[in-house]
Amino acid sequence: MSDTALAPAKGLLFEGAEWDFDKIRRAHDAIEEIALKELGLDVYPNQIEVITSEQMLDAYASVGLPLMYRHWSFGKRFAREDALYRHGLQGLAYEIVINSSPCISYIMEENSMAMQTLVIAHAAFGHNHFFKNNYLFRQWTDAEGILDYLTFARDFVSRCEEQQGVQAVEQVLDAAHALMTHGVHRYARRAKANLADERRRAEERRLHSERTYDDLWERVVPKRQAQDGDAEEVAKARAEIRRQLGLPEENLLYFLEKRAPRMEGWQRELVRIVRHISQYFYPQKQTRMMNEGCATFVHYEILNRLHERGLISDGAYLEAMHSHTNVVFQPEYDDRRYNGINPYALGFAMMQDIKRICTLPTEEDREWFPEIAGNGDPYGTLRDAWANYRDESFVLQYLSPRVMRQFRLFKVLDEATQDALVVDAIHDERGYRELRSALARHYDLARAEPDIQIADVDLSGDRRLILRHAAHDGVLLDEASCKAVLEHLSMLWRYAILLEEVDATTDKVLKTHEVAAHH
Amino acid sequence: MNVIDRRPNPKGKSLPNRQRFLERAKHEIKDAMTEALKRRKVGQNGSGEKVSIPSHRISEPVLRKASQGGKRDYVVPGNKEFVVGDRIKRPQGGGEGSGGKASPEDGGEQDSFEFVLTREEFLNLFFDDLELPDLVKTKINDQDSMQLVRAGYSVAGSPSALSVKRTLRNSFARRISLSRPTPREIAALEMQVKTALEADDAEAAEQSQLALEAALRKSRRVPYIDPVDVRYNRFERIPKPNTQAVMFCLMDVSGSMTEQMKDLAKRFFMLLHVFLTRRYKHVDIVFIRHTSSAQEVDEDTFFHSRETGGTIVSTALDEMMRVVRARYNPDNWNIYAAQASDGDNYTEDSDRCASLMAQQILPVSQYFAYIEVGAEATLRHGYPSAPTDLWRTYEGIAQAHQNFAMRKVADPSQIFPVFHELFSKQRERAA
Repeated sequence: MSDTALAPAKGLLFEGAEWDFDKIRRAHDAIEEIALKELGLDVYPNQIEVITSEQMLDAYASVGLPLMYRHWSFGKRFAREDALYRHGLQGLAYEIVINSSPCISYIMEENSMAMQTLVIAHAAFGHNHFFKNNYLFRQWTDAEGILDYLTFARDFVSRCEEQQGVQAVEQVLDAAHALMTHGVHRYARRAKANLADERRRAEERRLHSERTYDDLWERVVPKRQAQDGDAEEVAKARAEIRRQLGLPEENLLYFLEKRAPRMEGWQRELVRIVRHISQYFYPQKQTRMMNEGCATFVHYEILNRLHERGLISDGAYLEAMHSHTNVVFQPEYDDRRYNGINPYALGFAMMQDIKRICTLPTEEDREWFPEIAGNGDPYGTLRDAWANYRDESFVLQYLSPRVMRQFRLFKVLDEATQDALVVDAIHDERGYRELRSALARHYDLARAEPDIQIADVDLSGDRRLILRHAAHDGVLLDEASCKAVLEHLSMLWRYAILLEEVDATTDKVLKTHEVAAHH
Repeated sequence: MNVIDRRPNPKGKSLPNRQRFLERAKHEIKDAMTEALKRRKVGQNGSGEKVSIPSHRISEPVLRKASQGGKRDYVVPGNKEFVVGDRIKRPQGGGEGSGGKASPEDGGEQDSFEFVLTREEFLNLFFDDLELPDLVKTKINDQDSMQLVRAGYSVAGSPSALSVKRTLRNSFARRISLSRPTPREIAALEMQVKTALEADDAEAAEQSQLALEAALRKSRRVPYIDPVDVRYNRFERIPKPNTQAVMFCLMDVSGSMTEQMKDLAKRFFMLLHVFLTRRYKHVDIVFIRHTSSAQEVDEDTFFHSRETGGTIVSTALDEMMRVVRARYNPDNWNIYAAQASDGDNYTEDSDRCASLMAQQILPVSQYFAYIEVGAEATLRHGYPSAPTDLWRTYEGIAQAHQNFAMRKVADPSQIFPVFHELFSKQRERAA
């Protein structure tokens, strides 16, 4: 027994399906050797945590974060995942990985040792490298601070619940969640968050508001209406107010946190917490395809090498490859299983293709990718791509005709005025560039999500908040959900709200939504 | 690298979130449950209950683009025959849409939300707004209803209530304040004596010896634990009002009851049983079944034994009153009764039933519920046949007495609504 455990036959890292901590450590070390020395990956220190399926469901429910404040929506998510899982409609992910330092990978106890190996290569090295190196993560998220910040958030929310009541807190969180997708800064750098600073700053903000509390301000007398004559003056003054308020502002949560006239300190802090969490996930949303592609590519490379060197048995290799194949399966559009383009499949295919272009380029590749074709450094090229692109720019830069042919991509145009869809471009000479830029646009979050900004607020009058949706190609907002979100918004703003949908090119108002003042 | 085994971590991390979710969706879940209950069997144990609720109260709206209208394009894999310029009929429901959408969260919300309730959650919700009406007669019992409540510490008590922590704390304080030498100090003095003796320093040895003896004397005088240190946990007996209630379950098992009717009756009583045992710790349940004669039986016999015969309803009422007189003094007990029958009775017995009810049972009962189980066939098509003897008899009683309610049940799916009606908190007493 102990002989085989210490030195598996023929230099294998492990034998059999059962895993233990020793085998995991051995596999990790062998993978690390390949990942760092041969693929040149650069990773955060790894922390691997073994969990049960129930804990995996818990992790799902709290959007994959190890700590989270309490909210019914997480309970709802848990209930749904639980129901799907119990009825066998959906398997659980083999792993969840958290962008933190150390990088925490959760692996399930049900996995076989072959799967654990795959998962470690995938999460602890693939995702980990991507988190540490991609510019969006470097710029936007603070891997060292996130766990501390979540601790702060959880404690703050539960303290608020004690002081203000669960209902009141829930109401604010509901509203903030509804605006979460529009609670990110897309362009500026936000300050790093850490627990001690956050706590100190929360305290400072509270003290400041106490010190500067001015009862008169609360019941300020409306200003005398301007005379008709100085309309220009008025317009100028309003422009100045807009400038001072930083309008237009696309981060709705940020604006509410800073400017909402009747929110209390703790409410602002709650909005801020939701905003920070939204911001934390923003890079993940923008790089999902690349991130999964990177992890899949890394596990594929590593497992092949482990197998070539006789470190894992044929059985383990085949088991891992079976799972790999399932993951990168892309159903066609007319397949019952089709649900959009599989990010694993596209990411993996593109990265395999980049490797091929670097080592065995064709004439076509030399024409399309002169700067990388045949450069003989596939891993360096990929590392550069992983570090400096997001899904949208990655597709725009690297989607090759060969991959388009492999996926047999085609583009369909859907105009509401026409009674049929029109095939606009297919995978041929004339269509490649069109397909590529169209697909890239789909990965652009700024386009996938409606472009909504706070345009104006009438501070001297009824404090009505005016939002503007710049509708591209005449695509309006979903009526029902828009109405519900505006209700939430008015809960925080407390005054009337107007949302105008205007055509992005002509500025013509297409539709308006209004909510009366909330009392 | 670090491998951590998180499996032993406490379970149910998202339980509070789940409770909040259930609380929020309570109303919808109850509606859904009433639907689901129609398909459910009584006493179905183990697995949870799958419910599906409309999602508007628990929706999480976000600002998103409409799924239709305007000009849009999709990039889709798997082209087989299309060339540029081909026209495709617009698919219904936009099934083909969302070509390259970035995340699945963008997808719309489902119209209904399906999940599984555990049996515990299910029963809690089901019995949530039910109660025994008019549970008023409270009697403070001498024995059972005294409750022990912690009330600080006392200097006297039984050894089993000794508070070791408090006692040692007092002892420690006393030892410090009276400067009792510690064992270490004594050991040090002994060492001094020994070294002095070894060094042949008689004077020093004597001094040390004196100091040692003084220390030993002191440590004898100041005991380690003194009776003044001892503290006991103190408990106070708080009288707790104890509501006593008894539920009489009267079931007709006579030959006129078909198997299906008996099944309905049993289902009703099972539900009642589960309700009472879950919600009221101190409710006695008395099972009485009757044919042409009545007897008190135990739970198992009541639900499971098969026996048939003629029908004399009044025997059950007599038996109930006998038990009341023997064991449940109406001054001290809240008395409830539920009766299930197919309504058949010897015609000459009905008057006796009515007088028993009006003069003996209802005056001492808080609430009497009668359900009449009917054959499915008679009720399914059009109106039920003429009211039964018992129904007619009881109708008169129901009009005269507020604490009497009667319902008809013809189908398993009606049991739950009827049960709810009979025991809901806002029960209309006038009905």
